[in-house]
Amino acid sequence: MTANGPQTVTTSESDGATSDDAMTDDAPLGSPRVDDAVIESRDLDVYYGDDQALHGINMDIPERKVTALIGPSGCGKSTFLRSINRMNDLIDIARVEGDLYFHGKNVYDEDVDPVALRRKIGMVFQKPNPFPKSIFDNVAYGLRVQGKDDGDVEEKVRTALERAALLDEVEDQLDSSGLDLSGGQQQRLCIARAIAPDPEVILMDEPASALDPVATSKIEDLVEELAEEYTVVIVTHNMQQAARISDKTAVFLTGGHLVEFDDTNKIFENPESDRVEDYITGKFG
Amino acid sequence: MSTEPIDLSREDNNVGSLVDRAAKWIFFACALVTVLTTLAIILVLVDGAIDFFSQVSLVEYLTGTDWSPRDATDPSFGVLPLVWGTLVVTVGSALIALPVGTLTAIYLSEYADERVRRTVKPTLEVLAGIPTIVYGFFALSFITPIIQYFNPDVGTFNVLSGAIVVGIMIIPMVSSISEDAMSAVPDSLRNAAYGLGATKFEVSTQVVLPASLSGILAAYILAISRAIGETMAVTLAVGMLPQITASPFAEMQTMTAYMVEIGTGDASVGSIGYMSLFAIGLTLFLMTFTMNVGSMWVRSRYREEYQ
Repeated sequence: MTANGPQTVTTSESDGATSDDAMTDDAPLGSPRVDDAVIESRDLDVYYGDDQALHGINMDIPERKVTALIGPSGCGKSTFLRSINRMNDLIDIARVEGDLYFHGKNVYDEDVDPVALRRKIGMVFQKPNPFPKSIFDNVAYGLRVQGKDDGDVEEKVRTALERAALLDEVEDQLDSSGLDLSGGQQQRLCIARAIAPDPEVILMDEPASALDPVATSKIEDLVEELAEEYTVVIVTHNMQQAARISDKTAVFLTGGHLVEFDDTNKIFENPESDRVEDYITGKFG
Repeated sequence: MSTEPIDLSREDNNVGSLVDRAAKWIFFACALVTVLTTLAIILVLVDGAIDFFSQVSLVEYLTGTDWSPRDATDPSFGVLPLVWGTLVVTVGSALIALPVGTLTAIYLSEYADERVRRTVKPTLEVLAGIPTIVYGFFALSFITPIIQYFNPDVGTFNVLSGAIVVGIMIIPMVSSISEDAMSAVPDSLRNAAYGLGATKFEVSTQVVLPASLSGILAAYILAISRAIGETMAVTLAVGMLPQITASPFAEMQTMTAYMVEIGTGDASVGSIGYMSLFAIGLTLFLMTFTMNVGSMWVRSRYREEYQ
């Protein structure tokens, strides 16, 4: 349970004084360093076989904020997201170089158990993927595998559903299958499932891309609320969505480079990179 | 703009359309052959069985515990000893094949890397293609001597050897069909569980296994059905002595082995021994038919709708 170690929020590397030394040619424009970083990526490279999907990513993700990762298809934003909780481990040909710190602990250290890491960093996927189990069992699943099902499971399940803004709609049918819900409800069920074991960080991989506009707006409201308690990192290809809900925005462009990372307002109103401006204004991508 | 309506009607002399219609009938005829064969088999079995049951009462057949059809003075037609032989072989083989096959399937689907899977799965399927008489010979020349090494009193023919060899024979069926079912479980479900901090073991047993349950149960039933109908291996390994005993080392006779014995023997057409073939055949058919219907029911009943 190394990921549970003493939770030093910043390491010496992210102190302003030394940050310049750590900067490399791959350093993005903007302000990639923040003071209250919970996740710090340092020169992170990811390869799929011989193809390099990410090039030297340097980025600090602030605590209890929404950080959006945007960029065109194939730019590596989902790859970066999946490298945070080591879901890339599940892909045989994926290989990671560089460092990624979670509370100052490099999650790629040999002594880190990805299972323990994922209990701290929950995930919501692009397509709603409820288990073919009841609504209740879906939400309770994380609690059970994490051994947090002692106390009042029912209370925890209801709280998670409540926070995911789904309880009112499913209160009377907790025993029916999660697959009977609509797409938007299924995605909120998946969010409830992710937050039930109370992780610190929630990773979302285009969570609204398979949903209709009404369901999308519900998910967006939810994301903003979740940031009061959780650190949220969200991949989206929808720039308006990033502008609406995020505090910080990272722009990845083709080839797996992080081009600019800054406050969302800055990125959308006055980006430093011309390429980012072109992308934001729809000139390419 | 032309007001002449375009001609879209079929040209009767068109060769293409002729082929099209002919093809449909040819395909239909082929499908019909299978259906008619099945019907013909049932008809023959039922017809022969009716002759048999005009001489032997159904009650004696179903409840009798003595099967001695060729006893010249007092023939006896209680099918239970044969059913017992079949049952012991089936249950024994299932005890071996279901756990081993299922664990193999989990290994291949969830744990093995691509290279291992590509080697092991075809190997298992080769195992399924070996003629069953070879398995029978394997039982006689390899399994039985091993049993005799531990228990010298065991005879050449014993039901344990038959159960083991049939168990080995149906492992590929269980593992291959189960593996197909597990591989069909979408990765999104595995990712969901991994994302919640589940271990590989938890993902395999709590997510993949339940989601592929219908396929796995269907594999079980098909494998059991195969064990019931298995003939050559058990004829060689189990022997020809119909009796009801609890000893796994005893010689027995299965329904199928009896049919081999009579079918290849000198029972004359029209004799009661000959007619008993049809009764046994019909009984076997009903047993495997029930299993297959059960398999279809299980498939539809436990099918999980995932996306």
